[in-house]
Amino acid sequence: MSSQAVCPQSLVVERVFPHPPEKLWRALTESQLLAQWMMSNDFEPVVGRRFQFQRDPVPNWNGVVDCEVLIVDPPQRLSYSWGIGEGGAGLHWLVLWTLTPAEGGTHVRMEQSGFRPDQRSNYNGAKYGWQKFFANLDSVVAGLD
Amino acid sequence: MTLPHANHVFRALADPTRRSIFEQLTRQGEQTVHALTRYAGVSQPAVSRHLTVLRRAKLVRHRREGRETHYRAQPDALAPMVDWLDLYGAFWRDRFDRLESLLNRMAP
Repeated sequence: MSSQAVCPQSLVVERVFPHPPEKLWRALTESQLLAQWMMSNDFEPVVGRRFQFQRDPVPNWNGVVDCEVLIVDPPQRLSYSWGIGEGGAGLHWLVLWTLTPAEGGTHVRMEQSGFRPDQRSNYNGAKYGWQKFFANLDSVVAGLD
Repeated sequence: MTLPHANHVFRALADPTRRSIFEQLTRQGEQTVHALTRYAGVSQPAVSRHLTVLRRAKLVRHRREGRETHYRAQPDALAPMVDWLDLYGAFWRDRFDRLESLLNRMAP
């Protein structure tokens, strides 16, 4: 995971919330709570669990994000894959949540990485499947609020 | 990487025929317009127009040799696509706002 921290193809969003880590953990892992700020879902905090986030369908996208739970380490780390589009033709990312106690609350870091480290060598070629990337581009942009 | 350039790249690759030509050049290396025309299954003027769009987006380079023009891919020009991931930042920041408001509503 640490190698992804320097991976330029990743996106990081961070914020300190004035709440304890345990409360953050609940918001991130209890399906009902998760639905209130992310999307409706059938998430369960169990490694290997396949689940979906779902929102209203839009043109070219059925509104479904296919995920699999990869890391459950309460109340510090949570990770799942994040897939949009059908099977092998889809787009795949990893999402990693890291909770760290901070003064007055909890530091929350979300990292979304677009490439696995072993895919980086393909960055300058077409092997990674840029065609898939482009084929699904409209869908993904439509998925952004 | 400037946004106007990113727009060129996005537009250039939004078209399936152009995408297919670009992919062919990436896979096969340098190709003549003739070879690309045979591959693309559209008229040569159409292929030339597509190549012009790809060239403007700096996705391909060309050189003349006799009566043939040879094209090759410039995959480095895909770099703006990576910047595109930043768009997702807006999505997550919005979700963080919603998370914050949920936390304020939750019992301690």
